[in-house]
Amino acid sequence: MSFWKKVAAITRKDALTELRTKEVVFTVLVFAILVIVIFNFAFGTTPEALALVGPGILWVTFAFSGVLSLNRAFISEREAGCLEGLMAAPMSREAVYVGKMLGSLISMLVVEVVALPIFALFFNLNVLSLALIVTTLLATIGFVAVGTLFSALAVNTRAREMVLPILFLPIVVPVIISAVKASGLALTGGSWGDMFQWLQIIIAFDVIFLVVSYLVFGYVIEE
Amino acid sequence: MSAPSPLSIQVSRLTKSYGSHQALRGVDLTVKTGERVALFGPNGAGKTTLMKILATISKPTSGGVLVEGVDLKDKPEAVRRRIGLVGHGTFLYGHLSAYENLDFYGRIYDVPRRRERILQVVEQVEMNPRLHDRVGSLSRGMQQRVSIARALLHDPSVMLLDEPETGLDQRSASIVWSALLGSGSRRRTVIMITHNLERGLELSDRIALLVKGKIAHETPTAGMSLERLRELYNAHTGAKE
Amino acid sequence: MNGSRASRVGLLVLTALLFVVALYMVFIFVPNIKNLRADRIFYFHVPVDWAAFLAYFVVFISSIAYLRSRDNKWDIVATSAVEIGIVFNTLMLVTGSIWARPNWGTWWNWEPRLTTALVLWVVYVGYLLVRGYASGRDQAARLSAVIGIVGFVDVPIVFLSTTWWQLQHPGHLVFETGGLAPSMLAALMVSLAAFTGLFFVLLVERVSLKNAEAELRMLMDSME
Repeated sequence: MSFWKKVAAITRKDALTELRTKEVVFTVLVFAILVIVIFNFAFGTTPEALALVGPGILWVTFAFSGVLSLNRAFISEREAGCLEGLMAAPMSREAVYVGKMLGSLISMLVVEVVALPIFALFFNLNVLSLALIVTTLLATIGFVAVGTLFSALAVNTRAREMVLPILFLPIVVPVIISAVKASGLALTGGSWGDMFQWLQIIIAFDVIFLVVSYLVFGYVIEE
Repeated sequence: MSAPSPLSIQVSRLTKSYGSHQALRGVDLTVKTGERVALFGPNGAGKTTLMKILATISKPTSGGVLVEGVDLKDKPEAVRRRIGLVGHGTFLYGHLSAYENLDFYGRIYDVPRRRERILQVVEQVEMNPRLHDRVGSLSRGMQQRVSIARALLHDPSVMLLDEPETGLDQRSASIVWSALLGSGSRRRTVIMITHNLERGLELSDRIALLVKGKIAHETPTAGMSLERLRELYNAHTGAKE
Repeated sequence: MNGSRASRVGLLVLTALLFVVALYMVFIFVPNIKNLRADRIFYFHVPVDWAAFLAYFVVFISSIAYLRSRDNKWDIVATSAVEIGIVFNTLMLVTGSIWARPNWGTWWNWEPRLTTALVLWVVYVGYLLVRGYASGRDQAARLSAVIGIVGFVDVPIVFLSTTWWQLQHPGHLVFETGGLAPSMLAALMVSLAAFTGLFFVLLVERVSLKNAEAELRMLMDSME
């Protein structure tokens, strides 16, 4: 239980910092809205076209916003040597991973909760379906599972803003494919049975990468 | 809790390589409980590397480290509880207040009666009036004092200090040293890295010279003069090759 | 990995022989029936795909070994395997394209195996790119090891999702592999063996070159 206590301490600290500065959430939110607007001009000529490309636009937006958000995850730990402070503390490396991951998860979910209604507004689509919410939650978990790992790695490199997207985006291709398909079905009133095929992939991705990242993280932040 | 062992730190044949670069080439160092050791050496000698290994931030390449009888390799978490680390960086989160920072570390170090303890250590470093200010708004000296408070929070028996007084004004420096070395509480084992020969001589029981990854010389400081220390230092680190 | 001279030459000779046999089988032995599988390029495309996959598997194993031992030799093996893997991967994409064109009229479609290969290509090129951004050898090795592990684990999931996606979009071509005549199967097997041999020859050469470079660097460092 001490593990979860320490995880909670880290997540709490990140949430507190975010509430104080509102840095990540606002920037990412503004970015998300911009992306949606630009895509609308790029693709949305008719309501039919919008309905077709809607899910794709939504997930491209979330993927890129996710990269922005994840990039920030370990920056605060780099200043003043805080990451070393965490390593010197009586907590496992895995607890650091889980704590940061949950922090990023909350950040991204907050952005999505605000972005979805805006998306619904612009595209005239119904987002209040349980199916869409579940899809978003599952896919976001996949993003942060792998993104937190890469973020910790990227933070010490020279061009960290570029490293994370290059690594992260190809790996999450299956999540994006499945999320787009599932969202599309959710928006057109597809059955849970149909959607489950795609949600399965996202769930498998989540489980596999939560486990792999959990196992690898400790090896990676130590020198 | 068993009786305190007489030996606080035992380092034997410790090596550390980063790829092909050997930072530590076989360090042997023994520190008795309650002893204060000043670690000197030129830049790049491996002092910070040694501290990082003792603090369990880095893993040794080979060799053994025991802290109060606990093997670093087997039980790193048990070792971390006993160690207080003060480094170049303050380990503080700039956007949070001193209190919030200490509360965070209190949680991850499982400090009992957290709030009381925080007020106690803050008293020791005389940071009470600025307790709820954002750490980012504090001067370097004040930040370092809060960092010391953080290191003392869990009442460690071993203190690892890596140049704690760099960039500090006189007043902050003296507060820092008196808080670290304790007043009334049981004598802590201390290993300090400093470039300040005078200060090191004044505050320590023994000095150790680390040169190119090995301990070149160790000697008690009792009765040693500053000139003698300078001589020793230059002799061991003088013109190389 | 610096096997003895004899074994390296032996491997080289064996691989060369396999290639000779494979070429014979593909151009002379296999009956000249006009169907998909008679496209000679098939006997090149499939083994190259396999060799890339083998390379990435080697990266996966050496990455795990590196993280556990922190021994640079595993990093050298991993990086060499990535380089060779990317070459095979690129060939696979190119031959896949060449095969598709006369049979289906397009240079590219989003066929699952090709798409997966493309995603992997990006991942492993990323592996090499990112090494350049790391601050120091050690960090580069650690970063690469993670990519080596995560990238490989992702392969089945990418393949699965692209396959299912494609099933929903009929009209795209599907590369079937069933129904091979025995002679064709034999030719394919020999070709596979030849390319596997080629992979190991290249790997051994590349690793010994890198090891020699590392030794040279160490000598230079110790002279300062």
